Amino acid sequence: MPDDRELLETHDHGRLLANPLPGTAATDEAILATEETTPADDALAKKPFGFLFWFALGFVGLVLLSAVLANVLPLQNPNYQNYTALNQGPSSAHLLGTDDLGRDLLARLVFGSRVSLIVGFVGVLIGLVFGGIAGLVSGYRGGRLDVALNAVSFIILAFPAIVAVIAIVTFWGASLLHITIILGVATIPLMYRVIRASSLSFAQRDFVVAAKTMGATDTRIVLREILPNVIPVTVTFSLITVAGLIVIEGTLAFLGLSVALPTPSWGNLINEGTANNALSTDPYIMLWPALAMFLLLWSINLIGDRLRQRFDIREGLL
Amino acid sequence: MAGTKRRSGKTLEFRDAGTHEGPLLVVEDLHTSFKTGRGTVRAVDGVSFEVQEGKTLGIVGESGSGKTVLSRSIMGLLPPRDVIRSGTVHFAGHELTAMDDAALREVWGAELSMIFQDPMTALNPVKRIGDQICESLKLHLDMDKKEARSTAVELLRSVGIPSPEQRVAWYPFQLSGGMRQRVMIAIALACAPRLVMADEPTTGLDVTVQAQILDLLADLQRERHMAVILVTHDLGVVASRADDIIVMYAGRIVERAPTRTLFHDTKMPYTRALMDSIPRLADPSGARLNAIGGRPPDLINPPQGCRFSPRCPYAQDKCHEAEPPLRTVGSPDHLFACWFPLVDGVSTVPVTVSSGPAPTAADNGQAPAPTGEAEA
Repeated sequence: MPDDRELLETHDHGRLLANPLPGTAATDEAILATEETTPADDALAKKPFGFLFWFALGFVGLVLLSAVLANVLPLQNPNYQNYTALNQGPSSAHLLGTDDLGRDLLARLVFGSRVSLIVGFVGVLIGLVFGGIAGLVSGYRGGRLDVALNAVSFIILAFPAIVAVIAIVTFWGASLLHITIILGVATIPLMYRVIRASSLSFAQRDFVVAAKTMGATDTRIVLREILPNVIPVTVTFSLITVAGLIVIEGTLAFLGLSVALPTPSWGNLINEGTANNALSTDPYIMLWPALAMFLLLWSINLIGDRLRQRFDIREGLL
Repeated sequence: MAGTKRRSGKTLEFRDAGTHEGPLLVVEDLHTSFKTGRGTVRAVDGVSFEVQEGKTLGIVGESGSGKTVLSRSIMGLLPPRDVIRSGTVHFAGHELTAMDDAALREVWGAELSMIFQDPMTALNPVKRIGDQICESLKLHLDMDKKEARSTAVELLRSVGIPSPEQRVAWYPFQLSGGMRQRVMIAIALACAPRLVMADEPTTGLDVTVQAQILDLLADLQRERHMAVILVTHDLGVVASRADDIIVMYAGRIVERAPTRTLFHDTKMPYTRALMDSIPRLADPSGARLNAIGGRPPDLINPPQGCRFSPRCPYAQDKCHEAEPPLRTVGSPDHLFACWFPLVDGVSTVPVTVSSGPAPTAADNGQAPAPTGEAEA
């Protein structure tokens, strides 16, 4: 082969540029062609998410959008009591009917979703920020810090969460802010454990050592090498935790320990629907929030699960 | 390994020799021990050697002989706890063993880099290969994004990856094992280091790809005039590629010589045994493999005397009692640690029956069971 072929275009770092493979180009290309087992197209052609995923995503999107735009949407005042229309079933005036005080159930459902969503998402965000940072550092660094944080997380997790939350709410007072903070803090050790475990498993991998041998700092390794690997499991777990917090808020509201009436939340709507024998006379009051909560939790879990399947590299390889 | 014809490096580029004189890497009396529940494992026990600029040093030994720990000790890549390291490592005149992490980071990647054994785990699965190459370019050479990108493409081209413009955006799982090892090499060579540590760079690959990767490494080495330390358990791998070879056993150097000398005038029975254990095509079909009987010694309580004596077919009383020093006879660059060195590949003492090789593993026609622990 002529040697002038070897000198590729020069560059500032001319020494970086080297020859292609030894031998003739033709044979090397042939060898490489057989060496290459996974064509890009095959690898990138992923399994479709499926109808259920898009339905679930659509439902979560609808709930989020309606909660954000509740004030703009043509909804009635959720606290307006229309005494001429008590305990009505669905009609054109009240799409989901009214409760025993004549309040529009659709409006209460939509406004009530705000409480659930804020507690769920903001709570998880609190857990993610604090638990995530602690977990990443603890899993990467190991040593005494890891032992200490680990012990603290176990101690916190040893308390039965619901009982602890009920106790704190009782003393501190029930408000959206308090509930969100309490549930967010309760989420920290959960997030810590999941993220620590994941980052621990990646911190031992060769690519972390390889990054180190390329001169990367610890901060860079955590942020650039470990964090991207931890994100898939974190996203999935966060979504499941959002669902979990929504349930806990619902439980607290059902027990009357969440936002005070008449502010609607899904939990206290369900509570109202079961009060005064309403379940047998006017089941719609309880049906809508229960159905909405069920669908929302199912959707969030399904989305989390499908995302996990998609992002799981080991599964993707098989 | 099939003899590969080396092409004369016409495009060889010498970098400026730098300020320091003498060998590029000087390792002096390096000891590395791990504290374990059972006791202290002396994985590397008093190792000294030098590597000249642009040369290739092969480090050979069984699993558990300490070669991986040795390469990591030189790099300074040991776990932070329960490790004792002593001795010195000088790289280009600077003492690596005295540097803190921040100083080491300046050297790592830029001047001294490493190719890992398993390209499946040494690449980050969630990052595009181009980004993984760009990292160190941006870090050490202060390249901007665009510049690093085009350099990454050229690096991929230089390690023989076809259509690198497209593949730069691929993820590791889209590449085969051989391709991934090529990417690893591209990453290690990105900043044009002066010394590359290749720790079993081809162990995870099949034999035809192994030869390609090793040839590629040899070619790049010549073009860039970098030194390479090739760590392997396979004498065949280093036979045609190393300038000098160090044979390690139980954490110590047992023989060190220029490659030719080592193969033609083997002094140490262990080296001989390693050579004999390479299967040959000329062997009749169905021939037993020549395995070395027994297993590598326990590095917590190494045997008294010569550490190879329990497995050595020629071991005498003296071998069991006193440890032979690393010495020379005649040629000053041929060192060996043996009381009764082979002469022209033949022992001068009779085979001792009592301390002969343990029959179990050898009789099954299998290599001795590897003891991976000490290497981890």
